[in-house]
Amino acid sequence: MVTLILPRLISFEGAGRRSSSVVERNATTLQSSYWLVLASGFLEPVLYLFSIGVGVGRLIGDLTLPDGRVIGYAAFVAPAMLASSAMSGALSETTFNFFGKMKFMKLYDGMLATPLRPIEIALGELVWAMIRGALYAAAFLVIMVAMGLTTAGLAVLAFAAAVLVGFAFGGVGMALSTFMRSWQEFDLVASVQFALFLFSGTFVPAQAYPPVLRWVVEVTPLYRSVDLIRAVTTGSVGWRQALDVVYLLVLFALGLAVAGRRMGQLLCK
Amino acid sequence: MTLIHARGLVKRFGDFTAVDGIDVDVQRGEAFGFLGPNGAGKSSTMRMIGCVSPPTGGVLRILDLDPHRDGPAIRARLGVCPQLDNLDLELTVRENLTTYARFFGIPRKVARARADELLDFVQLTERAGSKVEPLSGGMKRRLTIARALVNEPEIVLLDEPTTGLDPQARHLVWERLFRLKQQGVTLVLTTHYMDEAEQLCDRLVVMDGGRIVAEGSPRALIERYSTREVVELRFNAESQDVFAGKLAGVGERLEVLPDRILLYVADGDDAVAEVQRRALSPASVLVRRSSLEDVFLHLTGRTLVD
Repeated sequence: MVTLILPRLISFEGAGRRSSSVVERNATTLQSSYWLVLASGFLEPVLYLFSIGVGVGRLIGDLTLPDGRVIGYAAFVAPAMLASSAMSGALSETTFNFFGKMKFMKLYDGMLATPLRPIEIALGELVWAMIRGALYAAAFLVIMVAMGLTTAGLAVLAFAAAVLVGFAFGGVGMALSTFMRSWQEFDLVASVQFALFLFSGTFVPAQAYPPVLRWVVEVTPLYRSVDLIRAVTTGSVGWRQALDVVYLLVLFALGLAVAGRRMGQLLCK
Repeated sequence: MTLIHARGLVKRFGDFTAVDGIDVDVQRGEAFGFLGPNGAGKSSTMRMIGCVSPPTGGVLRILDLDPHRDGPAIRARLGVCPQLDNLDLELTVRENLTTYARFFGIPRKVARARADELLDFVQLTERAGSKVEPLSGGMKRRLTIARALVNEPEIVLLDEPTTGLDPQARHLVWERLFRLKQQGVTLVLTTHYMDEAEQLCDRLVVMDGGRIVAEGSPRALIERYSTREVVELRFNAESQDVFAGKLAGVGERLEVLPDRILLYVADGDDAVAEVQRRALSPASVLVRRSSLEDVFLHLTGRTLVD
């Protein structure tokens, strides 16, 4: 029994240690200019929150949630902004940056000559992407609490949810990147990302769509993310959110597995 | 002890066979070379040994381990200097070493100490804080070699370590590699430079078209595939061909090049005397010792391979 399990545990520990060395590599490259990237990524959801959540919200007034509770429009939009910024933060690291490192900087060719395995590199890059996403989320949640759009206790829960959203999209982004052949193909990712941003129950409740369209919207990953985070920040978590969590966990695991496998195929020919 | 053991090793990419069933054994402490023209299968072989390219067929054991099963464990004990430098352009020279050491799980303190030692070894201490981009080709190569040594490897794989370097840089690299060899590190290198192979390799194989066409020490290969000396004759004529017939029987073998004729002979002076006896008066005569280059060209031909 021990001989069966122990080596696996050790090899898993090795994998975790090796993945964290990839994170460490990225942290070493940090320069003062990186804070600009961080600031712009943080600013975007805040601008949307103020212009649409607060601005347009004046015209719309209050909204009635499916469970019958009534909330302000800003409180409805804010969690959706948090979910989509977690998505875009994770995607920008795992699509553009990851692709550039793999195809043009040949960074992973060097790494693969060490004990690192493709899946460990993928996990390391994903964790790194999440650190950035988590910083966006934390800053945004501070604003939400300050504006009275959620409570501090719920914000902690929402933070965990936002990190899960980031991991899920990061996994997907990385898996997609391994299929890309040129920078141009990333325009397509950006378009899909924008469509998700507009139609995932972000600005309008999904109940407002015709039944068929509503069904399509409800299976998209950003809708599940918005549903999860909105339920948390408005304090209406139910069984439905268990489905969201499972959905996002599966997406993360699938994305990571596909990314690791494809990296192996591309780089270990 | 055999560190690298290959039998019938094959690598195919689709329909193309890059490595076509080679047998190789590399012993501890040896400097072993793969010599061959471009496309001979040297780099594919190196990538298989480096456990980043799974063999298509045959047996391969590295450090008595199976590359397929124990890839990470083997790579932990290898140092790899690839054909094209893949240094981390976002890091400084020193960070390239310390960060790489971390991939091997080397503690930070040890990594820093080793980075400084290695920078000194490859004479890059003054550039420690510089980014990689502005370094010269020779400096980048030396940094790549230093990076390959950061885990104190038992085997160092060098794929064309001096290609594209100027003579000074090449000699510096050779000198460092020679010192490694003296320290007992097993070196495996590919090259198409004969002087490099002659200087560094205890034993080498000549590859052509994915196969091994000859094997032995540089000296033994010269003895087996060439003569002791070569006479180079240049005639003032449109074509050297005319003289080829008149030189028949002088030496063991004769080769006609566009600008000169090579005579492969046991004794150069005897051959020159014979040429004069036949009343031939070449514009220039050069007697030299046979080199690995003669062996190489004899075995792989003079046609251009791309």
